[in-house]
Amino acid sequence: MALALNEEQQLLKDTAREFLAEHAPVGALRKLRDEGDETGYSSALWQQMSELGWAGIVLPEAYGGLDFGYQGLGAVIEESGRTLTASPLFASVVLGASAIELCGSEAQKTALLPKIAGGEMTLALALEEGPHHNPLNIATTAEASGDGFVINGDKTFVLDGHSADTLIVVARSAGNNPGSDGLSLVLVDADTAGVTRTRMMMADSRNAAQINFSNVKVAADQILGDAGDAWPALEKVLDRGRICMAAEMLGGALECFARTLDYLKEREQFGAKIGSFQALQHRAAQLYADLELSKSVVIDALAAIDEGRDDLAVAASHAKAQLNDIYIHATNEAVQLHGGIGVTDELDLGLFMKRARVAVQILGDSSYHTNRFATLNGY
Amino acid sequence: MSKHETFRQETREWLAQNCPQSMRTPVAPEGLVWSGRNKTWPSADAKLWFERMRDRGWTVPDWPAEYGGGGLDPVQSDILKQEMKQLGCRAPLMDLGIWMLGPALLEHGSEAQKKEHLPKIARGEIRWCQGYSEPNAGSDLASLQTRAVDQGDHYLVNGAKIWTTFAHLCDWIFCLVRTDPGASKHNGISFLLIDMEQPGVSVSPIPLISGESEFCETHFDNARAEKHNLVGGLNRGWTVAKSLLIHERKMMSASNDSGRGAQPDMIGAARRAFGSDAAGKLLDANYRRRIASHKMRSRAVALTGKRLFEEQIAGSGDGKAGLTMKMLGTEEKLRGDELLIALLGSAGLGWEGEPFDPEVLAFTRNWLFNKALTIAGGTSEVQRNVIAKRALELPQ
Repeated sequence: MALALNEEQQLLKDTAREFLAEHAPVGALRKLRDEGDETGYSSALWQQMSELGWAGIVLPEAYGGLDFGYQGLGAVIEESGRTLTASPLFASVVLGASAIELCGSEAQKTALLPKIAGGEMTLALALEEGPHHNPLNIATTAEASGDGFVINGDKTFVLDGHSADTLIVVARSAGNNPGSDGLSLVLVDADTAGVTRTRMMMADSRNAAQINFSNVKVAADQILGDAGDAWPALEKVLDRGRICMAAEMLGGALECFARTLDYLKEREQFGAKIGSFQALQHRAAQLYADLELSKSVVIDALAAIDEGRDDLAVAASHAKAQLNDIYIHATNEAVQLHGGIGVTDELDLGLFMKRARVAVQILGDSSYHTNRFATLNGY
Repeated sequence: MSKHETFRQETREWLAQNCPQSMRTPVAPEGLVWSGRNKTWPSADAKLWFERMRDRGWTVPDWPAEYGGGGLDPVQSDILKQEMKQLGCRAPLMDLGIWMLGPALLEHGSEAQKKEHLPKIARGEIRWCQGYSEPNAGSDLASLQTRAVDQGDHYLVNGAKIWTTFAHLCDWIFCLVRTDPGASKHNGISFLLIDMEQPGVSVSPIPLISGESEFCETHFDNARAEKHNLVGGLNRGWTVAKSLLIHERKMMSASNDSGRGAQPDMIGAARRAFGSDAAGKLLDANYRRRIASHKMRSRAVALTGKRLFEEQIAGSGDGKAGLTMKMLGTEEKLRGDELLIALLGSAGLGWEGEPFDPEVLAFTRNWLFNKALTIAGGTSEVQRNVIAKRALELPQ
């Protein structure tokens, strides 16, 4: 059955919720923020998450993974959205490992995927070159030079870009910009000469970086697959990313709703619980209904990955567009229904509100995905 | 092959062989087969299709065979639905008995009541209507005042029901009546089945904005109801009423238009009105965005229906989300209708005759009729009250 979790998946979800509540509650992100942590996530926590198998959850068994599928990973990511857990799970496992799995040669997969599955290596996808998601706008170049290539260009908003061991750079080795022809994915060790990384402190206290590539020399075998042919695989990688980001956003929105519902049941004004007021009941009921729709869209999109469906792109754009809208709405409602205390830093809601805005921009806002949904459907 | 895969295969073959070609096309209201003592047949094929389905118990596929049903389990029943949709089969028979009363009787009826009424519903012999709302009891349904007074061997019924859909064409009515005026309002209500073919029952259709009169007002003036037709126990009608409302809302949330005519093509209408480029992209960015938003939300509603069904089969989920579906399904349906009307422009607002496209005229009337969907069976506002109370358990 595609749209209901099976027992194993449900068990994984429950385990993830318990683990994250104990080891990585929202307070953990607050601590990373307040202490100005340099990595931006806890390496010890990532080690524990890897020991639980989460780093290899979707990777094939042949490469040290569990081959458990995206519905399983999606359940874990949804739970990590409830706790706003900072970890390399998204950048390294969803984006990085997928790029290697879908685009890399057998030798590259054999060399790299087991390290990712074991949590020994972290990746970041250096994609964006501006403040709006636009995967076809790639001015960064990978020019053939001698036996290898030379990379030049500027990347921005690279998730986990300041901390990852290895960068996967989307670069143009042919074709006109913007365009899908001639794009390559290039593995670049973060310590390579000519790579300059600057951390970007974002409102959500999570991790992003600006990266400059100045005459960075790479060997031919650092190109994933064939030079210039990366787009079809990259598009699938991005769709997986959009769907998993939607799963995180679902978790965040559900958490905001749960906290708001608790508040409506305990806060008293005018001599009554405020949850007894019909004006607020109707807002809560509508939000609940919209969240139920969102759950269905996300789990269907995760199933589309696992089942290799040909409507993956449609499902991905639908999921990202819908969760963009609902996460913003759910955080706005949560703050408004909490009243004044909702805008204090003491309450966690502000952290969700900021995360929602950053998450919306990751791999496409609603305008981008509504447009893509229409195009994919032929209008 | 699993049991259900075999069933799917057999069902697909049977439908392909037995569903007449003309029953695989979109149907206008006048092409539908309704139950009743005095049935009319829109065509010979419609009669044949009804009879073939009836003989398999597939007018009510998931009812037990002993009451005239097909005896299918929920998964088989869903497979049949999917296969019929795949082939474009029309529903063989329409009736509130099938959708609402039958399921409530299966749950709350006595053995004798089931044996008496269910097979007649399955065979399309009796057409039922619903007597719930009253002129002064709409959203506040439990304030209803129609009285049923115990006369020893029968009840004497007096009062008025409103929005009794198609009552002028119906044979029997299932009613909520007050049997204990002294009790608190939910506790003095009983669920009563009344034969409408008697002098004490009169029906007057109410003209609607769609120009049709599908809804009626039904008056009871010393009407008679047999005692054995009181369902679920004396003064315990509210329980039956709520269970029946769940079936009604489920029916209304299903965002299909089977039985209400063909739907004009939304994207085609936008292309004709505003044009599209060589790749097929609509040139009007605003309408393009509205269409995509509507299509996404419709897709989400359909996926949610599917997810809740799967969770129910698997025994996972808390089942409370089902309370949202009537509101979500009907509201999105209306949003789609409004969008299509806007895309058709003035051509979507023709009322009758030349030079209008008959299909568009039918759609326009249908849209006006559909305005009732977010009101009937509990308004969207009542749905939000119910969600707040039962799903969210907010303080009352």
